[in-house]
Amino acid sequence: MTHTQKRIIINNVVMVLSTLSALVGIGFLFWILGVLVMNGIDALSWNIFTQEGAPPGYEDSGLKHALIGQFMIVGVATLFGVPLGILAGTYLSEYGQKSKLAETIRDISDIMMSAPSIVIGAFVYAIVVAPMGHFSGWAGSVALTIIMLPIILRTTDDMLQLVPSTLREAAFALGAPKYKVILQVVYRGAKAGILTGILLGVARVAGETAPLLFTSFNDNFLNTDMMEPMASLTVTMYNYATSPYEDWQKLGWAAAFILSMFILSLNILGRLFIMKRKGK
Amino acid sequence: MATIVDITQEKALEVNNFEFTYASADAPSIKKLDMPIAKNSITALIGPSGCGKTTLLRSFNRMHDLYPGNKYDGEILFKNRNILSPKEDLIKLRIQIGMIFQKPTAFPMSIFDNVAYGMRLQGIKNKTELADRVEKALRDAAIWKEVKERLKHDANGLSGGQQQRLCIARAIAVEPEVLLFDEPTSALDPISTAGIEELVVALKEQVSIIIVTHNMQQAARVSDYTGFMYLGELIELGHTEELFVTPKEKLTEEYITGKFG
Repeated sequence: MTHTQKRIIINNVVMVLSTLSALVGIGFLFWILGVLVMNGIDALSWNIFTQEGAPPGYEDSGLKHALIGQFMIVGVATLFGVPLGILAGTYLSEYGQKSKLAETIRDISDIMMSAPSIVIGAFVYAIVVAPMGHFSGWAGSVALTIIMLPIILRTTDDMLQLVPSTLREAAFALGAPKYKVILQVVYRGAKAGILTGILLGVARVAGETAPLLFTSFNDNFLNTDMMEPMASLTVTMYNYATSPYEDWQKLGWAAAFILSMFILSLNILGRLFIMKRKGK
Repeated sequence: MATIVDITQEKALEVNNFEFTYASADAPSIKKLDMPIAKNSITALIGPSGCGKTTLLRSFNRMHDLYPGNKYDGEILFKNRNILSPKEDLIKLRIQIGMIFQKPTAFPMSIFDNVAYGMRLQGIKNKTELADRVEKALRDAAIWKEVKERLKHDANGLSGGQQQRLCIARAIAVEPEVLLFDEPTSALDPISTAGIEELVVALKEQVSIIIVTHNMQQAARVSDYTGFMYLGELIELGHTEELFVTPKEKLTEEYITGKFG
């Protein structure tokens, strides 16, 4: 075998192996989606959106309580997390810059991003649930806010730093005060990137179960009082899917399907924003 | 000592015993510099990379203050006051002394909003006044004809040369008394460059201009006075023609004849 032949063979082997590995990865993704869609669509009905939870065996049970609970918990977390994250990211990029304090905040938020979410659930249990004496929707939102914060903070920081410093200087050179430079020029330049960060942050927390088990817990019926335990799609799914009743398992599939579609569309939307920005 | 031509006309700026030290440096980047800048004229600053010409230019509108730790010494007189004084109102100063950068810096907003930006900062809200002054600035910057049909379009859709003229329009819209140009054509093609040079010459009726350039031909084409800087010092300031034809300093002669730089 000549040197060239050997090289061609090794080349092909590497190519085939890496292609196969990629296919395995994609294969699992489509397998998951396929199973979800088949079982999910099968379980979907109008009742899902209009009925609350019911004991096993009842015809008209649904996920209305979990959908509304999920929306409220994630919504409140977004209301807290987005402004906090954007302001903190603005501090890092525009004020702290390369200072010790800013670098420390960056490091800590990177660590927080990879912290197991169940630990954050336990933390919120200790600081909110235990003093209150009971689970609550608020506690769930606090846990999700803490998980969301570092994601939005870091994307905001990164995206603001991508705005060329000459653009800031040009605004200063026209006599703009710093807050106007940030609000009118820097934010505008980083708009798409920040929005992407928000979408990805929301998508990340919307799928969390562990921190909610400790905090908002669950409720089989509709509750809109954030002071009380609250249903969420993820915890409901966990309870229903692990139950021995077939109709509850079906509801679990429906919850899984709805949640996945929601998170999938947020991710796709986020990626579209990134593409649009690059296309410019 | 530097050879500095006697400027008989009124002066826009006077630099006296000026020193500048960057936060990260031990030694000053500009040393004991004296330099008069003539009013309603174009003064070009030339010199090899790192000679301090851009550093000096960015001192005139206190751009260095954006980054902590930089240090000024001496004085720069503008309208009988020392603009290096800590009491100087930087917002007012930067309205009076505008700046054009190396790369075009169109803001991510419409063409109209770009030009109106500085005026709005000053609190001008009257729509007709804004529209009139935007049009005048765009005309003065020789770009009105190209953009009048698309004032509401995103400024980033313009070509590099157009964006640079837009930035000039934005700067002159607030009616500054001095305009600082930091290598304004180094990112542009020859045709756009010629357009900007023509514009700079036309603008000296309204404002005093200081232009930093790497291109000696450009300095020779547009400026009335040329200052040659080397290692943080002003070596020679003269009438442009005299400086290029009969330089008084040996270093100047070596630089303009291409012996170093």
